[in-house]
Amino acid sequence: MSGILSLLIDILSVPAILVGLVAFVGYLATKGKNFSDALAGGIKASIGFFILSGGATILSGSLNVLGPMIETAFHVQGVIPNNEAIVAIALGQLGQSTAIIMVLGFVFNLILARITPFKYIFLTGHHALYMAALLSASLTVIGLSGWVLWLVGGLVLGFLEVLMPAWTQHLATQVSGKSEWTIGHFSSLSYVSAGFAAKKLGGDPKTTSAEDMKFSKSLGFLRESMVSTGIIMFIVFLVPAFFMSAAARSTLGGDTNWVVYLLTQALTFSAGVAVVIYGVRTILADIVPAFSGIAEKIVPDAKPALDIPVVFPYGANSVIIGFLSSFVAGAIMMLIMGNVGLAAIVPGLVPHFFVGGGAGVIGNAFGGRRGAIVGGIVNGIIISLGAALLLPALGGLGFANTTFGDADFQWVGILVGLIGKLFVH
Amino acid sequence: MKILAICGMGLGSSMILKITLEKVIRQLGLDASVDVTDITAGRSQAESADIVVTSEELAERIGGVKAQIITVKDYFDVQEMTEKLQNAIEKIKKE
Repeated sequence: MSGILSLLIDILSVPAILVGLVAFVGYLATKGKNFSDALAGGIKASIGFFILSGGATILSGSLNVLGPMIETAFHVQGVIPNNEAIVAIALGQLGQSTAIIMVLGFVFNLILARITPFKYIFLTGHHALYMAALLSASLTVIGLSGWVLWLVGGLVLGFLEVLMPAWTQHLATQVSGKSEWTIGHFSSLSYVSAGFAAKKLGGDPKTTSAEDMKFSKSLGFLRESMVSTGIIMFIVFLVPAFFMSAAARSTLGGDTNWVVYLLTQALTFSAGVAVVIYGVRTILADIVPAFSGIAEKIVPDAKPALDIPVVFPYGANSVIIGFLSSFVAGAIMMLIMGNVGLAAIVPGLVPHFFVGGGAGVIGNAFGGRRGAIVGGIVNGIIISLGAALLLPALGGLGFANTTFGDADFQWVGILVGLIGKLFVH
Repeated sequence: MKILAICGMGLGSSMILKITLEKVIRQLGLDASVDVTDITAGRSQAESADIVVTSEELAERIGGVKAQIITVKDYFDVQEMTEKLQNAIEKIKKE
Protein backbone atom coordinates (compact mmCIF):
# COMPACT_ATOMS: atom_id res chain seq x y z
CA MET A 1 0.00 0.00 0.00
CA SER A 2 2.74 2.43 0.97
CA GLY A 3 4.48 1.44 -2.27
CA ILE A 4 1.48 2.57 -4.29
CA LEU A 5 1.19 5.76 -2.25
CA SER A 6 4.82 6.70 -2.78
CA LEU A 7 4.46 5.90 -6.49
CA LEU A 8 1.46 8.24 -6.60
CA ILE A 9 3.40 10.99 -4.85
CA ASP A 10 6.29 10.46 -7.26
CA ILE A 11 3.95 10.80 -10.22
CA LEU A 12 2.38 13.98 -8.87
CA SER A 13 5.75 15.54 -8.12
CA VAL A 14 6.63 15.49 -11.82
CA PRO A 15 5.28 18.85 -13.02
CA ALA A 16 4.81 17.67 -16.62
CA ILE A 17 2.52 14.85 -15.47
CA LEU A 18 0.65 17.16 -13.10
CA VAL A 19 0.01 19.61 -15.94
CA GLY A 20 -1.10 16.74 -18.18
CA LEU A 21 -3.56 15.52 -15.54
CA VAL A 22 -5.06 19.00 -15.20
CA ALA A 23 -5.56 19.25 -18.95
CA PHE A 24 -7.04 15.71 -18.98
CA VAL A 25 -9.58 16.54 -16.26
CA GLY A 26 -10.34 19.91 -17.84
CA TYR A 27 -10.98 18.24 -21.16
CA LEU A 28 -13.33 15.67 -19.61
CA ALA A 29 -15.30 18.55 -18.10
CA THR A 30 -15.65 20.26 -21.50
CA LYS A 31 -18.82 19.74 -23.48
CA GLY A 32 -18.59 17.59 -26.58
CA LYS A 33 -15.21 16.02 -25.81
CA ASN A 34 -14.74 12.28 -25.31
CA PHE A 35 -12.21 10.18 -23.43
CA SER A 36 -9.72 9.83 -26.28
CA ASP A 37 -9.78 13.62 -26.89
CA ALA A 38 -9.08 14.07 -23.19
CA LEU A 39 -6.21 11.58 -23.22
CA ALA A 40 -4.65 13.27 -26.26
CA GLY A 41 -5.11 16.69 -24.62
CA GLY A 42 -3.43 15.48 -21.42
CA ILE A 43 -0.47 13.97 -23.27
CA LYS A 44 -0.08 17.13 -25.36
CA ALA A 45 0.01 19.33 -22.25
CA SER A 46 2.68 17.08 -20.67
CA ILE A 47 4.81 17.26 -23.78
CA GLY A 48 4.31 21.03 -23.80
CA PHE A 49 6.05 21.15 -20.44
CA PHE A 50 9.09 19.30 -21.84
CA ILE A 51 9.14 21.61 -24.88
CA LEU A 52 9.24 24.55 -22.46
CA SER A 53 12.16 23.01 -20.54
CA GLY A 54 14.01 22.51 -23.82
CA GLY A 55 13.54 26.19 -24.64
CA ALA A 56 14.99 27.11 -21.23
CA THR A 57 18.17 25.16 -22.00
CA ILE A 58 18.56 26.91 -25.36
CA LEU A 59 18.13 30.45 -24.07
CA SER A 60 20.15 29.99 -20.86
CA GLY A 61 23.19 29.13 -22.98
CA SER A 62 22.94 32.51 -24.65
CA LEU A 63 22.28 34.40 -21.38
CA ASN A 64 25.34 32.76 -19.82
CA VAL A 65 27.46 34.37 -22.52
CA LEU A 66 25.81 37.78 -22.19
CA GLY A 67 25.94 38.14 -18.39
CA PRO A 68 29.75 38.06 -18.05
CA MET A 69 30.12 40.34 -21.11
CA ILE A 70 28.04 43.09 -19.51
CA GLU A 71 29.90 42.62 -16.20
CA THR A 72 33.28 42.96 -17.92
CA ALA A 73 32.27 45.97 -20.01
CA PHE A 74 30.26 48.04 -17.51
CA HIS A 75 30.83 46.49 -14.05
CA VAL A 76 27.07 46.28 -13.46
CA GLN A 77 24.61 43.42 -13.63
CA GLY A 78 22.79 43.59 -16.96
CA VAL A 79 19.30 42.19 -17.04
CA ILE A 80 16.96 41.59 -19.97
CA PRO A 81 13.36 41.40 -18.75
CA ASN A 82 11.66 38.55 -20.60
CA ASN A 83 8.81 36.66 -18.96
CA GLU A 84 9.22 33.54 -21.05
CA ALA A 85 12.94 33.28 -20.30
CA ILE A 86 12.68 33.76 -16.52
CA VAL A 87 9.65 31.48 -16.18
CA ALA A 88 11.27 28.72 -18.22
CA ILE A 89 14.41 28.91 -16.04
CA ALA A 90 12.35 29.08 -12.82
CA LEU A 91 10.29 26.03 -13.78
CA GLY A 92 13.48 23.94 -13.82
CA GLN A 93 13.53 24.13 -10.01
CA LEU A 94 10.01 25.22 -9.14
CA GLY A 95 7.93 23.27 -11.63
CA GLN A 96 5.89 21.33 -9.11
CA SER A 97 4.94 24.23 -6.86
CA THR A 98 4.24 26.46 -9.88
CA ALA A 99 1.86 23.90 -11.40
CA ILE A 100 0.06 23.38 -8.07
CA ILE A 101 -0.21 27.13 -7.36
CA MET A 102 -1.62 27.71 -10.85
CA VAL A 103 -4.31 25.04 -10.35
CA LEU A 104 -5.19 26.31 -6.86
CA GLY A 105 -5.28 29.83 -8.32
CA PHE A 106 -7.96 28.67 -10.78
CA VAL A 107 -9.97 27.17 -7.92
CA PHE A 108 -9.70 30.28 -5.72
CA ASN A 109 -10.53 32.51 -8.73
CA LEU A 110 -13.79 30.56 -9.13
CA ILE A 111 -14.60 30.65 -5.42
CA LEU A 112 -13.87 34.39 -5.08
CA ALA A 113 -15.83 35.25 -8.24
CA ARG A 114 -18.71 33.24 -6.83
CA ILE A 115 -18.81 34.64 -3.27
CA THR A 116 -17.38 38.20 -3.54
CA PRO A 117 -18.58 41.22 -5.57
CA PHE A 118 -15.47 40.85 -7.77
CA LYS A 119 -17.10 38.74 -10.46
CA TYR A 120 -14.17 38.21 -12.81
CA ILE A 121 -12.70 35.13 -14.47
CA PHE A 122 -9.05 35.49 -15.45
CA LEU A 123 -8.62 33.96 -18.90
CA THR A 124 -5.05 34.99 -19.71
CA GLY A 125 -3.59 31.56 -18.99
CA HIS A 126 0.05 32.38 -19.67
CA HIS A 127 -0.02 35.26 -17.21
CA ALA A 128 -1.61 32.99 -14.59
CA LEU A 129 1.26 30.56 -15.19
CA TYR A 130 3.91 33.31 -14.97
CA MET A 131 2.39 34.75 -11.77
CA ALA A 132 2.36 31.23 -10.28
CA ALA A 133 6.08 30.97 -11.10
CA LEU A 134 6.79 34.40 -9.57
CA LEU A 135 4.88 33.45 -6.41
CA SER A 136 6.64 30.13 -6.06
CA ALA A 137 10.02 31.79 -6.47
CA SER A 138 9.45 34.74 -4.14
CA LEU A 139 7.54 32.81 -1.44
CA THR A 140 10.25 30.13 -1.44
CA VAL A 141 12.88 32.82 -0.92
CA ILE A 142 11.09 34.07 2.22
CA GLY A 143 10.99 30.54 3.62
CA LEU A 144 7.64 28.95 2.70
CA SER A 145 7.52 25.38 1.46
CA GLY A 146 5.16 22.45 0.90
CA TRP A 147 1.46 22.86 1.62
CA VAL A 148 1.84 26.32 3.13
CA LEU A 149 3.63 27.55 0.00
CA TRP A 150 1.00 26.04 -2.29
CA LEU A 151 -1.98 27.36 -0.31
CA VAL A 152 -0.62 30.86 0.22
CA GLY A 153 0.53 31.03 -3.41
CA GLY A 154 -2.81 29.77 -4.75
CA LEU A 155 -4.78 32.14 -2.53
CA VAL A 156 -2.70 35.19 -3.52
CA LEU A 157 -3.00 34.21 -7.20
CA GLY A 158 -6.77 33.77 -6.88
CA PHE A 159 -7.13 37.19 -5.26
CA LEU A 160 -4.96 38.85 -7.93
CA GLU A 161 -7.07 37.18 -10.63
CA VAL A 162 -10.22 38.95 -9.43
CA LEU A 163 -8.79 42.17 -7.94
CA MET A 164 -6.56 43.25 -10.85
CA PRO A 165 -9.38 42.93 -13.44
CA ALA A 166 -11.68 44.88 -11.08
CA TRP A 167 -8.99 47.58 -10.85
CA THR A 168 -8.73 47.90 -14.66
CA GLN A 169 -12.45 47.65 -15.47
CA HIS A 170 -12.88 51.42 -15.80
CA LEU A 171 -10.02 51.49 -18.32
CA ALA A 172 -11.58 48.78 -20.51
CA THR A 173 -14.90 50.61 -20.40
CA GLN A 174 -13.29 53.95 -21.34
CA VAL A 175 -11.41 52.33 -24.25
CA SER A 176 -14.13 50.14 -25.74
CA GLY A 177 -17.34 51.78 -24.52
CA LYS A 178 -18.40 48.34 -23.27
CA SER A 179 -18.43 46.78 -19.84
CA GLU A 180 -18.95 43.12 -20.83
CA TRP A 181 -15.25 42.34 -20.37
CA THR A 182 -12.16 43.80 -18.76
CA ILE A 183 -8.38 43.61 -18.98
CA GLY A 184 -6.81 40.50 -17.45
CA HIS A 185 -3.11 41.16 -17.89
CA PHE A 186 -0.66 41.37 -15.02
CA SER A 187 0.49 44.87 -15.92
CA SER A 188 -2.47 46.48 -14.17
CA LEU A 189 -0.26 48.92 -12.25
CA SER A 190 1.08 50.26 -15.58
CA TYR A 191 -2.37 50.53 -17.12
CA VAL A 192 -4.01 52.25 -14.15
CA SER A 193 -1.06 54.67 -13.80
CA ALA A 194 -1.11 55.36 -17.55
CA GLY A 195 -4.85 56.14 -17.45
CA PHE A 196 -4.45 58.37 -14.40
CA ALA A 197 -1.46 60.30 -15.80
CA ALA A 198 -3.11 60.69 -19.21
CA LYS A 199 -6.23 62.15 -17.61
CA LYS A 200 -4.11 64.67 -15.64
CA LEU A 201 -1.54 65.55 -18.30
CA GLY A 202 -3.20 64.68 -21.60
CA GLY A 203 -5.42 66.65 -23.93
CA ASP A 204 -9.03 66.21 -24.94
CA PRO A 205 -9.51 62.58 -26.04
CA LYS A 206 -12.30 63.51 -28.44
CA THR A 207 -10.61 66.28 -30.42
CA THR A 208 -6.96 65.13 -30.19
CA SER A 209 -7.34 61.36 -30.63
CA ALA A 210 -4.21 59.66 -31.96
CA GLU A 211 -6.48 57.59 -34.15
CA ASP A 212 -7.23 60.61 -36.36
CA MET A 213 -3.57 60.81 -37.38
CA LYS A 214 -2.04 59.23 -40.49
CA PHE A 215 0.56 56.78 -39.37
CA SER A 216 3.19 54.59 -40.97
CA LYS A 217 2.59 50.85 -40.67
CA SER A 218 6.29 50.09 -41.08
CA LEU A 219 6.67 49.14 -37.41
CA GLY A 220 4.18 46.30 -37.77
CA PHE A 221 7.00 43.74 -37.89
CA LEU A 222 7.45 44.35 -34.15
CA ARG A 223 4.34 42.24 -33.61
CA GLU A 224 6.48 39.28 -34.62
CA SER A 225 8.23 38.69 -31.33
CA MET A 226 10.67 36.20 -32.85
CA VAL A 227 12.00 38.89 -35.21
CA SER A 228 11.96 41.77 -32.75
CA THR A 229 13.64 39.70 -30.01
CA GLY A 230 16.37 38.63 -32.45
CA ILE A 231 17.08 42.21 -33.50
CA ILE A 232 17.15 43.73 -30.01
CA MET A 233 19.29 40.89 -28.66
CA PHE A 234 21.89 41.40 -31.39
CA ILE A 235 22.17 45.05 -30.33
CA VAL A 236 22.27 43.98 -26.68
CA PHE A 237 25.18 41.65 -27.43
CA LEU A 238 27.03 44.18 -29.60
CA VAL A 239 27.03 47.15 -27.21
CA PRO A 240 29.02 45.56 -24.34
CA ALA A 241 31.39 44.03 -26.92
CA PHE A 242 32.34 47.53 -28.08
CA PHE A 243 33.19 48.51 -24.51
CA MET A 244 35.39 45.46 -23.89
CA SER A 245 39.13 45.52 -24.61
CA ALA A 246 40.02 44.50 -28.16
CA ALA A 247 41.84 41.45 -26.86
CA ALA A 248 38.89 40.22 -24.77
CA ARG A 249 36.51 40.88 -27.63
CA SER A 250 38.47 38.88 -30.17
CA THR A 251 38.50 35.77 -27.98
CA LEU A 252 34.72 35.78 -27.43
CA GLY A 253 33.87 33.32 -30.18
CA GLY A 254 37.04 31.20 -30.10
CA ASP A 255 37.88 30.56 -33.76
CA THR A 256 34.69 32.25 -34.97
CA ASN A 257 34.64 35.97 -35.77
CA TRP A 258 33.18 37.75 -32.73
CA VAL A 259 30.42 39.58 -34.63
CA VAL A 260 29.25 36.35 -36.22
CA TYR A 261 29.44 34.62 -32.86
CA LEU A 262 27.34 37.33 -31.16
CA LEU A 263 24.79 37.17 -33.97
CA THR A 264 24.40 33.41 -33.44
CA GLN A 265 24.01 33.99 -29.68
CA ALA A 266 21.30 36.64 -30.24
CA LEU A 267 19.37 34.45 -32.65
CA THR A 268 19.78 31.47 -30.30
CA PHE A 269 18.15 33.46 -27.50
CA SER A 270 15.22 34.35 -29.74
CA ALA A 271 14.93 30.71 -30.80
CA GLY A 272 14.85 29.64 -27.14
CA VAL A 273 12.07 32.13 -26.38
CA ALA A 274 10.12 30.90 -29.43
CA VAL A 275 10.41 27.30 -28.19
CA VAL A 276 9.25 28.33 -24.70
CA ILE A 277 6.25 30.17 -26.18
CA TYR A 278 5.38 27.08 -28.23
CA GLY A 279 5.60 24.96 -25.08
CA VAL A 280 3.39 27.34 -23.10
CA ARG A 281 0.86 27.36 -25.94
CA THR A 282 0.83 23.55 -26.07
CA ILE A 283 0.23 23.39 -22.31
CA LEU A 284 -2.55 26.01 -22.33
CA ALA A 285 -4.35 25.31 -25.61
CA ASP A 286 -6.80 22.97 -23.88
CA ILE A 287 -6.59 24.12 -20.26
CA VAL A 288 -7.79 27.71 -20.83
CA PRO A 289 -10.94 26.88 -22.86
CA ALA A 290 -11.78 24.14 -20.35
CA PHE A 291 -11.38 26.60 -17.46
CA SER A 292 -13.60 29.10 -19.27
CA GLY A 293 -16.27 26.41 -19.74
CA ILE A 294 -16.17 25.39 -16.07
CA ALA A 295 -16.31 29.04 -14.96
CA GLU A 296 -19.41 29.70 -17.04
CA LYS A 297 -21.20 26.90 -15.19
CA ILE A 298 -20.08 27.91 -11.69
CA VAL A 299 -20.21 31.73 -12.03
CA PRO A 300 -22.52 32.42 -14.98
CA ASP A 301 -22.67 36.17 -14.25
CA ALA A 302 -18.89 36.69 -14.13
CA LYS A 303 -17.08 38.86 -16.67
CA PRO A 304 -14.04 37.57 -18.54
CA ALA A 305 -10.68 39.29 -17.95
CA LEU A 306 -8.76 39.23 -21.23
CA ASP A 307 -5.22 39.60 -22.57
CA ILE A 308 -4.15 43.18 -23.42
CA PRO A 309 -4.20 42.95 -27.26
CA VAL A 310 -8.02 42.90 -27.04
CA VAL A 311 -7.79 46.71 -26.66
CA PHE A 312 -5.47 47.10 -29.69
CA PRO A 313 -8.34 47.21 -32.27
CA TYR A 314 -9.60 50.30 -30.41
CA GLY A 315 -6.37 52.25 -31.06
CA ALA A 316 -3.97 50.96 -33.71
CA ASN A 317 -1.97 54.24 -33.83
CA SER A 318 -1.90 54.54 -30.06
CA VAL A 319 -0.26 51.09 -29.81
CA ILE A 320 2.72 52.34 -31.84
CA ILE A 321 2.89 55.70 -29.98
CA GLY A 322 2.68 53.95 -26.61
CA PHE A 323 5.33 51.42 -27.58
CA LEU A 324 7.81 54.03 -28.83
CA SER A 325 7.45 56.35 -25.84
CA SER A 326 7.65 53.41 -23.43
CA PHE A 327 10.78 52.08 -25.13
CA VAL A 328 12.52 55.47 -25.12
CA ALA A 329 11.65 55.95 -21.43
CA GLY A 330 13.04 52.45 -20.76
CA ALA A 331 16.31 53.24 -22.57
CA ILE A 332 16.79 56.47 -20.58
CA MET A 333 15.99 54.62 -17.36
CA MET A 334 18.65 52.02 -18.20
CA LEU A 335 21.32 54.70 -18.43
CA ILE A 336 20.20 56.42 -15.21
CA MET A 337 19.86 53.21 -13.23
CA GLY A 338 23.20 51.81 -14.36
CA ASN A 339 24.83 55.00 -13.03
CA VAL A 340 23.17 54.99 -9.59
CA GLY A 341 24.16 51.44 -8.71
CA LEU A 342 20.98 49.61 -9.71
CA ALA A 343 21.05 46.80 -12.26
CA ALA A 344 20.96 48.07 -15.85
CA ILE A 345 17.59 46.96 -17.20
CA VAL A 346 17.87 46.55 -20.94
CA PRO A 347 14.55 47.59 -22.49
CA GLY A 348 13.10 44.45 -24.08
CA LEU A 349 10.95 44.98 -27.14
CA VAL A 350 8.27 42.50 -26.13
CA PRO A 351 7.13 44.01 -22.80
CA HIS A 352 7.48 47.54 -24.16
CA PHE A 353 5.44 46.64 -27.22
CA PHE A 354 2.57 44.82 -25.54
CA VAL A 355 2.33 46.73 -22.27
CA GLY A 356 3.55 50.06 -23.68
CA GLY A 357 1.11 49.60 -26.56
CA GLY A 358 -1.74 48.88 -24.16
CA ALA A 359 -0.78 51.87 -22.02
CA GLY A 360 -0.81 53.98 -25.21
CA VAL A 361 -4.36 52.88 -26.12
CA ILE A 362 -5.54 53.60 -22.57
CA GLY A 363 -3.68 56.93 -22.49
CA ASN A 364 -5.29 57.95 -25.78
CA ALA A 365 -8.75 57.08 -24.47
CA PHE A 366 -8.24 59.38 -21.47
CA GLY A 367 -6.01 62.11 -22.91
CA GLY A 368 -5.75 61.93 -26.69
CA ARG A 369 -2.38 61.70 -28.45
CA ARG A 370 -0.55 63.46 -25.61
CA GLY A 371 -2.19 60.97 -23.27
CA ALA A 372 -0.88 58.09 -25.39
CA ILE A 373 2.68 59.43 -25.09
CA VAL A 374 2.31 60.02 -21.34
CA GLY A 375 0.86 56.51 -20.87
CA GLY A 376 3.78 54.91 -22.69
CA ILE A 377 6.37 56.90 -20.72
CA VAL A 378 4.72 56.01 -17.40
CA ASN A 379 4.88 52.32 -18.31
CA GLY A 380 8.52 52.57 -19.43
CA ILE A 381 9.54 54.06 -16.08
CA ILE A 382 7.48 51.62 -13.99
CA ILE A 383 8.67 48.39 -15.61
CA SER A 384 12.33 49.46 -15.62
CA LEU A 385 12.38 50.38 -11.92
CA GLY A 386 10.23 47.37 -11.05
CA ALA A 387 12.55 44.94 -12.80
CA ALA A 388 15.61 46.24 -10.91
CA LEU A 389 13.92 46.32 -7.49
CA LEU A 390 12.49 42.80 -8.00
CA LEU A 391 15.88 41.09 -8.41
CA PRO A 392 16.71 40.62 -4.67
CA ALA A 393 13.26 39.09 -4.05
CA LEU A 394 13.99 36.29 -6.50
CA GLY A 395 16.98 34.84 -4.63
CA GLY A 396 19.22 32.73 -6.89
CA LEU A 397 16.96 33.47 -9.84
CA GLY A 398 17.88 37.15 -9.48
CA PHE A 399 21.24 36.28 -11.01
CA ALA A 400 19.78 34.68 -14.12
CA ASN A 401 20.38 37.87 -16.22
CA THR A 402 16.70 37.91 -17.09
CA THR A 403 13.61 38.75 -15.06
CA PHE A 404 9.89 39.44 -15.17
CA GLY A 405 8.87 42.21 -17.58
CA ASP A 406 5.39 43.25 -16.39
CA ALA A 407 4.51 45.57 -13.54
CA ASP A 408 2.26 43.29 -11.47
CA PHE A 409 4.79 40.45 -11.35
CA GLN A 410 7.27 43.06 -10.19
CA TRP A 411 5.26 44.75 -7.45
CA VAL A 412 3.92 41.44 -6.14
CA GLY A 413 7.45 40.02 -5.95
CA ILE A 414 8.81 43.17 -4.30
CA LEU A 415 5.94 43.15 -1.78
CA VAL A 416 6.50 39.49 -0.92
CA GLY A 417 10.19 40.26 -0.37
CA LEU A 418 9.35 43.19 1.93
CA ILE A 419 6.85 41.14 3.93
CA GLY A 420 9.51 38.46 4.29
CA LYS A 421 12.00 41.00 5.64
CA LEU A 422 9.51 42.46 8.12
CA PHE A 423 7.81 39.35 9.48
CA VAL A 424 9.54 36.12 8.58
CA HIS A 425 13.18 36.74 9.38
CA MET B 1 -13.28 22.40 -41.24
CA LYS B 2 -9.99 23.78 -39.87
CA ILE B 3 -10.03 27.21 -38.25
CA LEU B 4 -6.85 29.01 -37.19
CA ALA B 5 -6.91 31.76 -34.53
CA ILE B 6 -3.87 34.05 -34.76
CA CYS B 7 -2.48 36.72 -32.41
CA GLY B 8 0.95 38.27 -31.81
CA MET B 9 2.35 35.56 -29.51
CA GLY B 10 -0.27 32.85 -29.96
CA LEU B 11 -0.82 32.74 -26.19
CA GLY B 12 -3.52 35.11 -24.97
CA SER B 13 -5.86 36.81 -27.41
CA SER B 14 -5.87 33.88 -29.85
CA MET B 15 -6.96 31.70 -26.91
CA ILE B 16 -9.88 34.11 -26.34
CA LEU B 17 -10.76 33.83 -30.05
CA LYS B 18 -10.68 30.03 -29.66
CA ILE B 19 -13.09 30.15 -26.71
CA THR B 20 -15.50 32.42 -28.64
CA LEU B 21 -15.16 30.33 -31.81
CA GLU B 22 -15.84 27.06 -29.99
CA LYS B 23 -19.01 28.56 -28.50
CA VAL B 24 -20.21 29.60 -31.96
CA ILE B 25 -19.25 26.21 -33.43
CA ARG B 26 -21.33 24.44 -30.77
CA GLN B 27 -24.31 26.75 -31.28
CA LEU B 28 -24.26 26.34 -35.04
CA GLY B 29 -23.58 22.60 -34.79
CA LEU B 30 -20.54 22.82 -37.09
CA ASP B 31 -17.90 20.14 -37.50
CA ALA B 32 -14.81 22.27 -37.00
CA SER B 33 -11.59 22.35 -34.97
CA VAL B 34 -9.76 25.47 -33.77
CA ASP B 35 -5.98 25.81 -33.43
CA VAL B 36 -4.14 28.82 -32.00
CA THR B 37 -0.82 30.16 -33.23
CA ASP B 38 1.38 33.27 -33.46
CA ILE B 39 1.71 35.64 -36.40
CA THR B 40 5.11 34.33 -37.53
CA ALA B 41 4.11 30.66 -37.72
CA GLY B 42 0.57 31.62 -38.71
CA ARG B 43 1.49 32.68 -42.22
CA SER B 44 2.54 29.17 -43.24
CA GLN B 45 -0.04 27.38 -41.08
CA ALA B 46 -2.77 29.44 -42.77
CA GLU B 47 -2.09 27.54 -45.99
CA SER B 48 -3.63 24.39 -44.54
CA ALA B 49 -6.58 26.10 -42.82
CA ASP B 50 -10.04 26.84 -44.21
CA ILE B 51 -10.65 29.95 -42.13
CA VAL B 52 -8.26 32.32 -40.32
CA VAL B 53 -9.53 34.53 -37.49
CA THR B 54 -7.43 37.47 -36.28
CA SER B 55 -7.37 41.25 -35.75
CA GLU B 56 -7.33 43.74 -38.63
CA GLU B 57 -3.71 44.88 -38.27
CA LEU B 58 -2.43 41.29 -38.12
CA ALA B 59 -4.56 40.30 -41.13
CA GLU B 60 -2.51 42.78 -43.19
CA ARG B 61 0.66 40.96 -42.16
CA ILE B 62 -0.72 37.56 -43.15
CA GLY B 63 -1.33 38.75 -46.70
CA GLY B 64 -2.69 36.56 -49.46
CA VAL B 65 -3.61 33.04 -48.42
CA LYS B 66 -6.20 30.59 -49.74
CA ALA B 67 -8.10 30.57 -46.46
CA GLN B 68 -10.95 32.99 -45.75
CA ILE B 69 -9.68 35.66 -43.34
CA ILE B 70 -12.04 36.98 -40.69
CA THR B 71 -11.05 40.09 -38.70
CA VAL B 72 -12.82 40.79 -35.42
CA LYS B 73 -12.97 43.93 -33.30
CA ASP B 74 -14.39 42.50 -30.07
CA TYR B 75 -12.70 39.17 -29.32
CA PHE B 76 -15.37 37.98 -26.89
CA ASP B 77 -18.46 38.99 -28.88
CA VAL B 78 -20.32 35.80 -29.85
CA GLN B 79 -22.76 37.70 -32.08
CA GLU B 80 -20.04 39.41 -34.14
CA MET B 81 -18.19 36.09 -34.48
CA THR B 82 -21.34 34.19 -35.52
CA GLU B 83 -22.16 36.65 -38.31
CA LYS B 84 -18.61 36.78 -39.63
CA LEU B 85 -18.11 33.01 -39.44
CA GLN B 86 -21.37 32.36 -41.28
CA ASN B 87 -20.38 34.84 -43.99
CA ALA B 88 -17.02 33.13 -44.42
CA ILE B 89 -18.65 29.68 -44.67
CA GLU B 90 -21.08 31.02 -47.30
CA LYS B 91 -18.14 32.30 -49.35
CA ILE B 92 -16.34 28.95 -49.10
CA LYS B 93 -19.47 27.12 -50.30
CA LYS B 94 -19.79 29.42 -53.32
CA GLU B 95 -16.21 28.80 -54.43
